[in-house]
Amino acid sequence: MTDSAPAIHNVIIVGGGPAGLTAAIALRRRGISDVVVLDRETEAGGIPRHSNHLGYGLRDMHRLLTGPRYAARLRASAEQAGVDVRTSTTALDWTGPTNLRVADATGTSVLEARCVILASGVRERPRSARLVPGDRGAGIFTTGSLQQLTALHHQRPGTRAVIVGAEHVSFSAVLTLEHSGCEVIAMVTPLSHHQSYSLLRLATATRHRVPVMTSVDVAEIHGRTRVEAVTLTNGTRLECDTVVFTGDWIPDHELSRRGTLEIDSAHLGPTRDGAGRTSRRGVFAIGNLVHPAETADVCALDGRHVAAHVVDWLTIGEWPDRSVSVIPSSPIAWVSPSKLEPGIAPARDRFLLRVSEFTEARTIVITQGDHVLWHGNVVGGQLIPNRSISVSAAWVTDVDPDGPAVSISVAE
Amino acid sequence: MADQAMADQSMALLAEFDVVVVGAGVVGTAVARLLSHHRLAVALVDSADDVGTGTSKANTAILHTGFDATPGTIESRLVARGYALLSEYAPTAGISIERTGALLVAWDDEQAARLVALASKATANGYLDAEIIDAASVGDLEPNLGPGATGAMLVPGEHIIDPWGTPLAFAREAIANAVTWIPEFRLTGVEVGDDLTMIAAADGRSIRTRFVVNAAGLFSDTVDAMFGGNEFAVRPRRGELIVFDKLARPLLTHTILPVPTTHTKGVLIAPTVFGNVMLGPTADDIDDRTATGSTEAGVRALLDKGRRILPSLLDEEVTAVYAGLRAATEHADYQIRHDHDLRYVCLGGIRSTGLTSSMALAEEALARLRTCGLDAVAKDDDHVVRPRITMLGEADIRPYQVGGSGAIVCHCERVTRAEITSACSEQPPATSFDGIRRRTRALAGRCQGFYCSAEIGAIAAESTSTPVSNWIGVP
Repeated sequence: MTDSAPAIHNVIIVGGGPAGLTAAIALRRRGISDVVVLDRETEAGGIPRHSNHLGYGLRDMHRLLTGPRYAARLRASAEQAGVDVRTSTTALDWTGPTNLRVADATGTSVLEARCVILASGVRERPRSARLVPGDRGAGIFTTGSLQQLTALHHQRPGTRAVIVGAEHVSFSAVLTLEHSGCEVIAMVTPLSHHQSYSLLRLATATRHRVPVMTSVDVAEIHGRTRVEAVTLTNGTRLECDTVVFTGDWIPDHELSRRGTLEIDSAHLGPTRDGAGRTSRRGVFAIGNLVHPAETADVCALDGRHVAAHVVDWLTIGEWPDRSVSVIPSSPIAWVSPSKLEPGIAPARDRFLLRVSEFTEARTIVITQGDHVLWHGNVVGGQLIPNRSISVSAAWVTDVDPDGPAVSISVAE
Repeated sequence: MADQAMADQSMALLAEFDVVVVGAGVVGTAVARLLSHHRLAVALVDSADDVGTGTSKANTAILHTGFDATPGTIESRLVARGYALLSEYAPTAGISIERTGALLVAWDDEQAARLVALASKATANGYLDAEIIDAASVGDLEPNLGPGATGAMLVPGEHIIDPWGTPLAFAREAIANAVTWIPEFRLTGVEVGDDLTMIAAADGRSIRTRFVVNAAGLFSDTVDAMFGGNEFAVRPRRGELIVFDKLARPLLTHTILPVPTTHTKGVLIAPTVFGNVMLGPTADDIDDRTATGSTEAGVRALLDKGRRILPSLLDEEVTAVYAGLRAATEHADYQIRHDHDLRYVCLGGIRSTGLTSSMALAEEALARLRTCGLDAVAKDDDHVVRPRITMLGEADIRPYQVGGSGAIVCHCERVTRAEITSACSEQPPATSFDGIRRRTRALAGRCQGFYCSAEIGAIAAESTSTPVSNWIGVP
């Protein structure tokens, strides 16, 4: 135990993934000293570290990189910027509004800060949390555990796989499996259609010949020591030795909840406004913790955007004592950020949202009371479940700070 | 591997023991531990590659006072005695234990009426601390309970305990005191001679011993039949359990029990020493002694019950769903007997209370072995080794808090690197992910290996000089 009197750091960032590292780099470049990033893994960089395919860095670094190269570049930039990155260090709990108890190989200690940024990211719900019954043999993965196994430890997970889910990350799992020499015999989704880009779907169908089975789910897993088969809800039995549960993201919100931050009941991350401010003075939240899940570059740009507001907080010290809620209505599942201070737009001047079902309509209407703030098409056009959807934030200047909650819905 | 098998085989053939304990569940390991305190050559054998893999691995992890046993039964006597022994032993051996108390909640007037009979039963069982409380008091004690509770019986002595640490601690102490641990010994036959009994395994190995203790759990009737017994048959009772995330733990303080029926203690909601909340078990009588899969109907039934008892529990994430099998028989009581001529003691039909009664069953076994002619002389106290296991409870001080065990590798359960390597090296060693999970909590958390499974496989492989594929189960 080393509970000695600590220095008060300017900023502690919990999580060294794309959002956390990018925020740290931006803070240093804006002249903030003593920026500490805590990462519980042995190496910072987050999920891209083991996502060994192209697709990273487009919007934030303006180049196309693999996940590991992207993570390495972030780490190098952080080092160059003078960020104090502490790996193998876990933030356990709070000891004050902006103070944390942390653990590393030497035991636990307390870190005090003027400001905490939560960037703890997101994970996929595993089989158990999805309540899929059956046996518990080896060969059941999430995309995350699968990709660590193949990318970091070079193991072939199995020989015949069924993938649960048909969104972008599911197709990423297909690529990983095919690359490792494991045949993908089917993708199953309870939705009526896959949810990835048609081009990616086409590539998967033609190059890898993976059938996508829609409107069906895994009902039971068989195989006591090793997966032998799955039964689907339509009665079909698929012989396989590997099952990969993909997507179904949940924020890693333990620290947020232990800190009794207000939690958004729709996406389960902490609530925050366009500046990244949570319900607690001095605590910000960024990245996939508050929009589960977006691509790494979107998280990075969120971190960079919020960093500017963190600088304001550290220099001016003003924290709004109220905010206006943004409330989604069905089929919109969640919106992020779900709080706002009039005039302050989120990263990339966009609100992010998800829908729970395929919807023909494409027009979004944003109102406050009787006042229509904005209506228009979503960026990218279609309303598809599990697909990132965003809408303009041009209307935030028109929000009445004394008015009712802002409502966001799909036009009839 | 072949050399190892041959070495094991020659060892086993040559070895001659005073007592062989068949079955390394919580009962068998408790028997082996007690025997190891005596000047005896003892072997502990199991068909599995680890201790505690049968009925001991999936139970409700409660140390019962025995308040609701049927007075006068063997079970009632041994549960009360085992409760006293294990609650004293656990802290000395590193087994996590917490006194939460239990609330036996009545949800209608009929159940409330039965509480009075249950209170008398508790008294008849020698448990004097139970008291009946009204609905308002129930609400004060457990404000998150669903509506409709009409009253409860408070049983302050009920504890929760580490169910995997218990057989592990017994086995570790037994092995430290020279008991021979023989895993993967699937018993296929016995031959009782004048002085020695030969017991044979499926792979051709055999062991000679003077006495045999049958603690084979789900297969206790099969082993009993090899000694000519036919007085009971195991009919496994499957119990499905749902474990909720640690963020659910603040929702309750006591174990919440229903008013029991003759068939089962019913569905309970209990905190676990690991800081989770458990909902279960179901009770299905089945034929297959290996059917430990969960079912859609079972999970749905549990969630329906849980929603009524503790509604906000359902808002939390599920960490694990699994099923365990209790070694129920056609009889209501334990099936304990001995045969002097066969030099044989049977501890059969030990149901879910076996965790609580394990140490008392060990005393019972030793007494009956002596009746059968075993001359068991106690070792001097300073010749008995008393090792400790790593305490895993949330209320305990864990290695990550102390430091010096390396970084945390399983983040959900906060398990350090050194705990993984110890689990793979200390006796009896883990040989699989399940073994690591039961010894350390690693991989048992909310992410179910999303972050750490590959890393833990690598650590286990490196520390044992075996391929990663052995651990991760990749072909």
